[in-house]
Amino acid sequence: MSYKRHVLKGYVLLVLAFIFAPIVVSFVFSFSQNRFPTLPLSAFSTIWYQKVLDEPAFAQAFGRSLTVASFTSAIATFIGFGAAYVDYRYRFFGQRVYVAMGIIPPMVPVLILGVAMLMFLSQIGLSGALYSVVIAHVVLCTPFSMALNRLRLSQMEPNLEAAAWNLGANEWRTMRMVIVPYCLPAILASVFITAAISFDEFAIAWFVSGLEETLPVRVLNMVARQSSPSVNAIGSFTFTLSLTLVVLAQLVLIASQRRASRSGPGT
Amino acid sequence: MQGHDLAQNGGKAAVAGGRLSHRASRLGFRLFFGGPLVLWQGAFFVAPVAFMVVMTFWSVRNYQLSPDFTFSNWHKILTEYYVWDAFLRSLIGAGLAAVLSTVISFPCAYYLGLKASPRVRLLGACLIIAPFFTSFLVRAYTWRTILGDQGIVNAFLGWFNLGPARLTNDLFGTVVGYMTLVMPLVLLLQLFSLAAVDRRLIEAGQNLGCSPLQTIYRVIVPAARNGIVLAAAFAFVLSFGDLISPQVLGGSNPPTLSILIVDQVRGGLQWPRASVIAVMMVVTLTAVVAAAMRLAYRGSKDADIR
Repeated sequence: MSYKRHVLKGYVLLVLAFIFAPIVVSFVFSFSQNRFPTLPLSAFSTIWYQKVLDEPAFAQAFGRSLTVASFTSAIATFIGFGAAYVDYRYRFFGQRVYVAMGIIPPMVPVLILGVAMLMFLSQIGLSGALYSVVIAHVVLCTPFSMALNRLRLSQMEPNLEAAAWNLGANEWRTMRMVIVPYCLPAILASVFITAAISFDEFAIAWFVSGLEETLPVRVLNMVARQSSPSVNAIGSFTFTLSLTLVVLAQLVLIASQRRASRSGPGT
Repeated sequence: MQGHDLAQNGGKAAVAGGRLSHRASRLGFRLFFGGPLVLWQGAFFVAPVAFMVVMTFWSVRNYQLSPDFTFSNWHKILTEYYVWDAFLRSLIGAGLAAVLSTVISFPCAYYLGLKASPRVRLLGACLIIAPFFTSFLVRAYTWRTILGDQGIVNAFLGWFNLGPARLTNDLFGTVVGYMTLVMPLVLLLQLFSLAAVDRRLIEAGQNLGCSPLQTIYRVIVPAARNGIVLAAAFAFVLSFGDLISPQVLGGSNPPTLSILIVDQVRGGLQWPRASVIAVMMVVTLTAVVAAAMRLAYRGSKDADIR
């Protein structure tokens, strides 16, 4: 019996190895001096990081990605939160269509979304700019925000809201004093997750961004042309960055939960 | 809604004018939070997709798009041999990715979801989530470093005077790319659905004399069927629409449907034809997902003995 367990464990490690192979290899080769991957590894060097830092096009692309991710995250989180609340609070005609509008976009392949956006936006004169990417990314990211907030709302004690109304608060006040504080963890999660999705998205951005290359689009254009270890450097850098962001988000969450539990039960 | 009635009762004491402004404020509140979704997704999701369907009937004259109502794009695309060839290649590649990722992930999700201690399960879940924070583009590119003609595997084979093996620029490379894209998601969804299986069901199966293997395919798989099928459907959808794997690892020739779309859009401004292919893809995906949903929920009423 126990040898079976060991075989199973070994298998799990094998699958994880498949998943992590490209991440680890990319990380290792980002520090290798040779342009082409060689075994044994050539001398340790940070030349590829230096190259990335030296080229202004990368810094620009990085800046554009950050801009797009910030705007997308803010807009998508607001729309997603509002839609989740309306779906939670009210029953209305056409609700299923309403919810479907907030679910379907990520199920459509990004390639098709990208093509459709390109055709439509260029027809109404909105393509080829940085805000085109924001427009498209909000469509893609809003459903994630809506799902996160809807999940949180469905865990809320229903009488909490009624209590606020009975105490004389109107909808706006209840929203500000009860709903938003309760949903804060979901709102924060949605801010980070939508930003991460937008920062990493390249297919739609590739179509609609025109000459305003975002970072992943820049990488895509590099990968299509030639083999360059700079890609490894960028990948390892962004991986470290996004992992740091996620860990920070987790720490904020844990801290807020601690504060909540210290200030008393019921929150 | 109950709470709302309470609020309304409170409002009854107010004068009529106050109630009117209250009603207006309530409508404003709903529109403020509920309206943006309709506006944004209507203008930038529904409209573009609808426009894409309209576009399939437009024509291209002298490199200029012009509104039209012609079936020539449909005729052109649906009668081309290479389109159906690409269609079949996409279907096979995405199907392989869905089946392989499901089969390969299952023992892993089984161990982590049902056998491992809670700490190991949490660690496993964290490890599976980590790839979501890396760029898929970079991961696909790195597979080329590993599997390419001068890649690590072939260098390794060279030491033993073997190879070089052709591992990229063909269907194998493409499927490795698809698997890289979908494995973390499939594993995670399977892990969730297996961890949620009622342990009492498993114990009952064992008490009734099921061998471990019988327990898996007569108790655990049926109980977690929804999640497993959903994960496979996701794997198919993602792979079918992916353009990175066939381009970076598959060599893009012969093309898949996604490569064809990119060629039509970027190469020759053949937007109407690209739209036809896109509509083909959407119809295929809808059919596959609908079939998967039927499979997932078929007879679930009978299975629900609680």
